[in-house]
Amino acid sequence: MSKRIFITGIGMISAIGKNIPDTFLSLSESRSGLGRIKWLDTVHKDEILVAEVPFSNEELAAMAKVKSLDGYTRTTLLAIIAASEAVNSANIKDMLEMTTGLISGNTVGGMDKSEIYYYDYLKERKGNSYIETHDCADSTEKLADLFGISSFVTTVSTACSSAANAMMLGARMIQNGSLQRVIAGGTECLTKFHINGFNSLKILDPNPCKPFDKNRMGINLGEGAGYVILEGEEALLTPERIICELSGWGNACEAFHQTASSPDGNGAYLAMKKALDMSGLKPSDITYINAHGTGTDNNDVSEGHAIEHLFGDTIPHVSSTKPFTGHTTSAAGVIESIISILGMKNNMIFPNLNFSEQIEELKFKPVKQLIPNIDQKHVLSNSFGFGGNNTALIFSQYS
Amino acid sequence: MAYISGIGCISPQHTMDNEVFLEEAVNQQALFLQCIQPNSYKEFINPILSRRLSKIIKMGITSALISLKDAGIENPGAVITGTGLGCVEDTEKFLMTMLDNKETLLNPTNFMQSTYNTISSQIAIILKCFNYNSTYVHRGFSFESAVMDALDLMANGDAENALVGGIDELTGNHFQITSLLGNWRQEAENNLELLHHPGKGTIPGEGSVFFTLTKEQQNSSYCELKGIKMYYKPANFFGVWIKIKMLLEEHNLTEEDIDLLVMGTNGNQETDIYYPQIHSSLFPNTSVASFKHLCGEYYTASAFGLWLAANIIKRQTVPTVCQFKGETPSNIRNIILYNHYAGDQHSVMLLSRC
Repeated sequence: MSKRIFITGIGMISAIGKNIPDTFLSLSESRSGLGRIKWLDTVHKDEILVAEVPFSNEELAAMAKVKSLDGYTRTTLLAIIAASEAVNSANIKDMLEMTTGLISGNTVGGMDKSEIYYYDYLKERKGNSYIETHDCADSTEKLADLFGISSFVTTVSTACSSAANAMMLGARMIQNGSLQRVIAGGTECLTKFHINGFNSLKILDPNPCKPFDKNRMGINLGEGAGYVILEGEEALLTPERIICELSGWGNACEAFHQTASSPDGNGAYLAMKKALDMSGLKPSDITYINAHGTGTDNNDVSEGHAIEHLFGDTIPHVSSTKPFTGHTTSAAGVIESIISILGMKNNMIFPNLNFSEQIEELKFKPVKQLIPNIDQKHVLSNSFGFGGNNTALIFSQYS
Repeated sequence: MAYISGIGCISPQHTMDNEVFLEEAVNQQALFLQCIQPNSYKEFINPILSRRLSKIIKMGITSALISLKDAGIENPGAVITGTGLGCVEDTEKFLMTMLDNKETLLNPTNFMQSTYNTISSQIAIILKCFNYNSTYVHRGFSFESAVMDALDLMANGDAENALVGGIDELTGNHFQITSLLGNWRQEAENNLELLHHPGKGTIPGEGSVFFTLTKEQQNSSYCELKGIKMYYKPANFFGVWIKIKMLLEEHNLTEEDIDLLVMGTNGNQETDIYYPQIHSSLFPNTSVASFKHLCGEYYTASAFGLWLAANIIKRQTVPTVCQFKGETPSNIRNIILYNHYAGDQHSVMLLSRC
C-alpha cells in the first residue's frame, strides 16, 4: 500500500483560462476573470459581477469534442474539458493499465437546465434530454463513460469544499490499496439558482470582491472545473512524471451554523491542524496558504483567526485567489489547489487582488502583489463549505 | 470491516421502533411509497428548529438520533451521509419561488437548506460533533460511498465509530417529472404484490436509514459488515460476479458459506435480469429475500436493504413478506446484499453473524 500520494496530472478551466497555460498566464499577469454575465440569463445581469467562463455552451462543446449538446449541461462540458487536460498531462494512454477511480465534487448539478425547463416538465408535461441531468452524479458519469472507468465512480457534495473532499477521498483510497490511480476534482457552472441563493443571503459583492480587506462586501461567484490525477508509489512513476506530492489532508466539521462560520474559526483550525499533523510538517514549513477567503464579513475574520491560532507569530504568505476566478463553489477546492501548485512549481505567490486595508481584528495582511522568485516547499489550500464542511490540503515539492 | 451497532429507520413501513420487525407489512396501494413519519418530532428535534425544517431533514435527524441511541453512542467519530437527490422539497420551493417571482423576493432559508450536505451538517450541529463529515451524492452509489468511506476511516484508525445514513425523499413534483421517463408503474397497485407481477417500471419510494458502525463488537451489535464492492455499468452480470468472488475471497469465504441473498429486485423486468443471473450462477441453492416491495425504488434504497439484512441476521428469521425464493435457512451465518439502480450502479455488501 502506498503511503505517499503524488499528483501526476492537472487540468482546469475557469474565467481566467481554458487550460493550465492560459490560467498561468492570467495569474502571472494578475489578470482577473471578473466581469458582467454574458451567457446566463438572469435579471441580475447588470447588478453583479461574476467570473464566467468566456465561452458559450456550443463553443465549450466543440472544445470538449461533444457532438450534440443533448444531455450535456454546462457543468458536464466544463468537467470534460478540465478532466481531459488532466488525463493528457499525466500522459495516460491506457486507462485500464491500472485500477482507476473517478471522484468528482459537485452541488448544483444540471440546475442550469432544470431552471429553464422545470415548468415545461411539470405543467406542460414536456420531457427532454435534461431531465436526467439534474442531479450531481450526471456530470461524473459522463466523465466515467468517456474514460471507460468502472472500478470506482462517485460524487461528493459538501458544498464549497466538495472538490477538496473528492481529492482527499481519492488519496485515501490509493493509500488503502483499493485504487492505484484516481481522477479527482470538481465542476460547477453558474446558475440562476445559486446566484439568487447567495443574493438572498445578501453576501454578493456588486463590485470586485476584496477578501481580507476591512471594507470587504462579499462574494463574486464564478464557474469552472478542475481535476488532478493522483497516483501512489506503486504506480508507473518516474520522477519527471511527478508534479508534486499531496502530503496532508484534514476534514473537520464546524458544527456551528448551516451557512456561517464560528467567530473563532474552530472548524477551519481543526481542518488545517489535521492536515499539518498528517503531513508531519511544522507550521513554519508552510510557505503559503491559499485561503478560502470568500470576501464575506464572516468568513475572512473566522478563517484569519484560525490561521493565527495555528501559525502563531509566523504566519505564512496568505492570499485568496477568488478575485481571479470568483468563488467557483464546488470546484473551488481543486481550482485553488491547482493555483497553489502552479505557484509552488513556478516559485511565485499569486496576489490577493483588490486588497487595500487590513482587517482590524487580524494581525496579518494578505499578499498584495505577485511575489516572484520565492522558493516554496509546502503550500496549504483551504476550502470551506455550507454546513461547516471544512477541508484543508497540503501540497509539497517532490523530493 | 465494522459492526452495525445501532440502526434508525424511517421508511414506508413501520420501522422506527427497533423492537418491532415487519410484523404488519404496509400496503400503500399507491403510485409511490411514502415514509410513515413519527406522530411528532418533538422527542427528537427542538420544535422551534423543527418548524423551519423540511420532511427529509427531520426524518434524517430523527433516524440518525435513533441509531446513535440504539448503539449507546453520543458523539460519533464521523458523520457521513449518502443521498441521491438531497433536499428536494427545499430545492423545489426555492426554484419555483425564483421562477414565479422573476428572481425577486426570495427567502434564503430554502436555499440554505437545499444543499445536499444539509442533513449531515444539521446532525453535526445538534451533536456538536466536530469530527469528519461528508456527503455522497451519486445515484445508486450514494449510500455505498458513505459506507465505504466509514469503513476506511475505521480501518485507518481515524475513527472508532461512524454514523452513516442513506436518505432520499420523493416529492409530488419530483414524481411527476420523473414519470416522464417512463420508469414508474402507470397504475396504483398493491406494493406487497409488486414482485409477483414483473412488468414495465417499478414503484418509487423514499426513506431515511442510519447506521452506527463501530470498530469493536458491542452488546447492541446486529452483525458484522465485512465489506462492500461497487461496479459502475458492467457490460453484463459477469462484472458483478467477479466483484462478489473477490469479496468472498478477501474474507476467506466460499459461495457455500452464504446462507441468504438479499436482493434489490424491483419488479421492472428489464433491469431485474441481473438478480436471477447472479443467483443461479453463484448461489443456485441459496434462499433469497427481497425488500423493494416494502420501501419502493430510490437511489439509497440499499440502506433499507441493509436494515433488513442486519435485522434478519440478528434475529435469525426472514419475515414472511420478504421471502422471495427458497426456505428460511435454519442458520444464517452470512448474507450477501446485492442491489443495483437501473442496471447502472451495482453494489454488494457482505454481512456476518456476530
